[in-house]
Amino acid sequence: MARRSRFLAGSGWASFPLSRLVGSHPSKAPHLIAFVRRWLDSDVGHSFRTSPTAIVAAAIALVCLFCALFAPWVAPHNPFDLATLELSNARLPPAWSEGGVSQFLLGTDDQGRDILSALMYGARISLAVGLASVVLSVVIGVAFGLLAGFLGGWVDAFLMRLCDVMLSFPAILVALLIAGVGRALFPDAHDSLAFGVLILSITLTGWVQYARTVRGSTMVERNKEYVQAARVTGVAPLRIMRRHVLPNVMGPVMVLATIQVATAIITEATLSFLGVGAPPTSPSLGTLIRVGNDYLFSGEWWITIFPGAMLVLIALSVNLLGDWLRDALNPRLR
Amino acid sequence: MSLLQVKNLVVEFRHRRGTLRALDDISFDIAPGEILGVVGESGAGKSLTGASIIGLLEPPGRVASGEILLEGRRIDNLPFDEMRKVRGRQIGAIFQDPLTSLNPLYSVGRQLIETITTHLPVNQAEARQRAIQLLRDTGIPAAEQRIDHFSHQFSGGMRQRVVIALALAAEPQLIVADEPTTALDVSIQAQIITLLKNICKERGAAVMLITHDMGVIAETCDRVAVMYAGRIAEIGPVHEVINHPAHPYTAGLMACIPDMSVDRERLHQIDGAMPRLNAIPAGCAYNPRCDRVLDRCHDERPDLMPAGVTRAACWLHAPAVARGEEVSQ
Amino acid sequence: MSAQPIDLTTPAVVVHQAAPATAQTVSVASEPLVRATDLAKTFDVSAPWLNRVLERQPRQLLRAVDGVSFDIPRGETLALVGESGCGKSTVARLLVGLYEPTRGGFEFDGQDAHAAFKTPAGRQLRRRIQMIFQDPYASLNPRWVVEDIIAEPLREHGIETEPVALRARVDALLHSVGLSPHDRVKYPHQFSGGQRQRISIARALATQPEFLVCDEPTSALDVSVQAQVLNIMKDLQRERGLTYLFISHNLAVVRHVSDRVGVMYLGRLVELAPKHTLFDTPRHPYTRMLLDAIPKMHDTGKARTPVSGEVPNPLNPPTGCAFNPRCPHVNERCRNERPELQTIGGVRVACHAVEEGRI
Repeated sequence: MARRSRFLAGSGWASFPLSRLVGSHPSKAPHLIAFVRRWLDSDVGHSFRTSPTAIVAAAIALVCLFCALFAPWVAPHNPFDLATLELSNARLPPAWSEGGVSQFLLGTDDQGRDILSALMYGARISLAVGLASVVLSVVIGVAFGLLAGFLGGWVDAFLMRLCDVMLSFPAILVALLIAGVGRALFPDAHDSLAFGVLILSITLTGWVQYARTVRGSTMVERNKEYVQAARVTGVAPLRIMRRHVLPNVMGPVMVLATIQVATAIITEATLSFLGVGAPPTSPSLGTLIRVGNDYLFSGEWWITIFPGAMLVLIALSVNLLGDWLRDALNPRLR
Repeated sequence: MSLLQVKNLVVEFRHRRGTLRALDDISFDIAPGEILGVVGESGAGKSLTGASIIGLLEPPGRVASGEILLEGRRIDNLPFDEMRKVRGRQIGAIFQDPLTSLNPLYSVGRQLIETITTHLPVNQAEARQRAIQLLRDTGIPAAEQRIDHFSHQFSGGMRQRVVIALALAAEPQLIVADEPTTALDVSIQAQIITLLKNICKERGAAVMLITHDMGVIAETCDRVAVMYAGRIAEIGPVHEVINHPAHPYTAGLMACIPDMSVDRERLHQIDGAMPRLNAIPAGCAYNPRCDRVLDRCHDERPDLMPAGVTRAACWLHAPAVARGEEVSQ
Repeated sequence: MSAQPIDLTTPAVVVHQAAPATAQTVSVASEPLVRATDLAKTFDVSAPWLNRVLERQPRQLLRAVDGVSFDIPRGETLALVGESGCGKSTVARLLVGLYEPTRGGFEFDGQDAHAAFKTPAGRQLRRRIQMIFQDPYASLNPRWVVEDIIAEPLREHGIETEPVALRARVDALLHSVGLSPHDRVKYPHQFSGGQRQRISIARALATQPEFLVCDEPTSALDVSVQAQVLNIMKDLQRERGLTYLFISHNLAVVRHVSDRVGVMYLGRLVELAPKHTLFDTPRHPYTRMLLDAIPKMHDTGKARTPVSGEVPNPLNPPTGCAFNPRCPHVNERCRNERPELQTIGGVRVACHAVEEGRI
């Protein structure tokens, strides 16, 4: 716990030129509340407190996250429990329109599922897939980037060519490819594999930018004297990469990851919309949009618009948070 | 009449934790054709002084009060366009890194000609001739060919000569040189400071030479101002200040510098460090580190007062002390 | 009105040749601690293969160090001076094992160092040789606290494993460089340049090395801070019998710290002499030029030799003696034949003119 907190505490949040000018307090014992308090008082924390965009975006993202995490308890209905569905409730408009009922706040879809609840469950899938694929991308991308930047030579050349190759495939195409292959190999296990395939395809195209960024930063850090000092002491290269270089290159990765979550969610939605993403039994926002699309022109707009709006809201708030983070971490822009 | 007059200049940085005073009531003059050295350690504020005069103070830094007068006319409060005209025509600037001072995409000649034609009423052909002559004067061989070369085709010392030529192109009256030789090798440094001194004397341009290197100051300047914690500690003719320093900080500084002519077992060291901007002591900024501190030094900040030939901001030179009436600690 | 100007100049205490008083240096060291023999390092700075093929560019080799030999007796300080491109930093890195030499090598305490670095036994060698770097801002990991930075060599070599003992060791090291144990928990950005350099020194001393390579340790520091750090380094050398290789471009600093001085130019040693001999009677024309070029604070009244030219491109050094384009005493032999480092009149000089008695 001590080591990890120290890593977090020292990971760039409190070290900027102007704060050096005014001095800062040494970290005390690693305690979560103390850490949060100290963070709020730091330059980044202050930047957060004074940026209305960041606060609103964070609030919205937190609400969505909360709904998604606690959907089974927060949602008014369980839209995927077939026993509770009644076809008589199908295609009801939102509560404030004519014909709507307060029981189904945002209306129902063609099978009588409550849209609001479906949104929460769908957001759950979308966020889970988005976060999982970003985490995997970061792990793979950072590892490759560190290796390429630190070892150089043919390892670097090979990995960079791999990046170039990966970049020339659009994410959708890769996903379709893998989905097709998956379906051909495991025709029966489609549903359970669907998520694996989905996350894999988004990961495969997402890791490249982390690798590139980290490679660049690693090459810069590798030539710095503290790395040379570690080499003179005799520390093994792998250890230097992990303990010295990694904490110093994670800054830009955090920013990228935050923005990438939004991209991943949208990519997942697109794939689900195309039918190669989340299975219909546990639909994500994209699936809901697809399902509702057919009813758009028959006047039942709420079935597709609300999932769409939710998607936009999540993506927008995460994007705004990422933008704020990038500006806050850039000392020159103050 | 002085060419440049700085009167009670105060430069502040507004930060969310408070306002920092980077320059605290600086006053000095530069006479026409004179070379004034501004020396001090990092954080003393010498580069900021230069930047304020050229008008290139980066926000959140701003001139909070005081005046900067060039030939009797205020330049610290000019609108951007007016200052731009002054900046090339009357004040030239030389910075530390010659690589970034020149635009790598344009030939050297183009930059020179552009500067000349912007500020002086000459046509292109005449400007080109002047540019070639400038390059010759700064010691660049084969100037007629090299005028069309790009900055990467020059070596470090040559580039700095081009920068000097560029600074002098519009025939300014004042050159502000901020650490012009710090990034150069010792042998090149010697050539550049000789060049700067001679060419400015020839053209009657005054120079404000900002550096941390006392040796460069000793060889080039007529007068020198020693800065400490955003204030001027001592100002006077260069050999007086170096050989008979009147301020304890200047004396300590001179003693710290390893000298080629004397062998010492231990270098004299001034204990402590220059105070941070948010922790400048009351009274004289140097009082915690001073070995000749008086009671007065803790409470009252001394202004520059006469101390022999120089002027020093030190209570040791207040008339009562000099007359031996006050008892030192 | 003030009467007499108050004299504040500090009288200089003149001391010649203060010998470090440790048992190790008093006993006659038959073997120098460090012996470098024909050390050379060439870097391949050619364009990538594809570019070379398409644009028909030749391979470009940079001879950063081109045959450098010297000895450093135990307890002494050898200074290497020179301007940019002379290879002194490369020599420093060769001596700590950061680079592999292209040719030649060096012996440490009688054993071949580079061969030893490659073996597991080479770890012992790494305890005995340490390095201090130039940039105080880049030589400490900004994400680590000072305690971890200083403790790393101790942990790496298993010198102290018990946390309490480790902490006590770190505190002792901080104390030896004039910092307090409270500084243990701070981050590097909370310190000034001079203090960071002291932390670097404390880290270098953690494994109780015998040999310290110092690559311009005070060049990035202010004059008053430089004085503090140099004093600490001299005190530590005296207390612990350390041997220093001191790299610098500042001849005044070199004069203060060194016992012997080597002057480098374009990868070669041109002169190597005891400190006083070099500064009082420099032999090589480049040394003379260098000494003349230093801006003098106090006018000594010596006539100055005009300085000419610049350091040539190290990728394309002149044939024969590397200094010949700028030398006032050049002759035909200088343009064709490279001078070897020879012992002439008690100093080692690589100059035809000196050898021939022309200067």
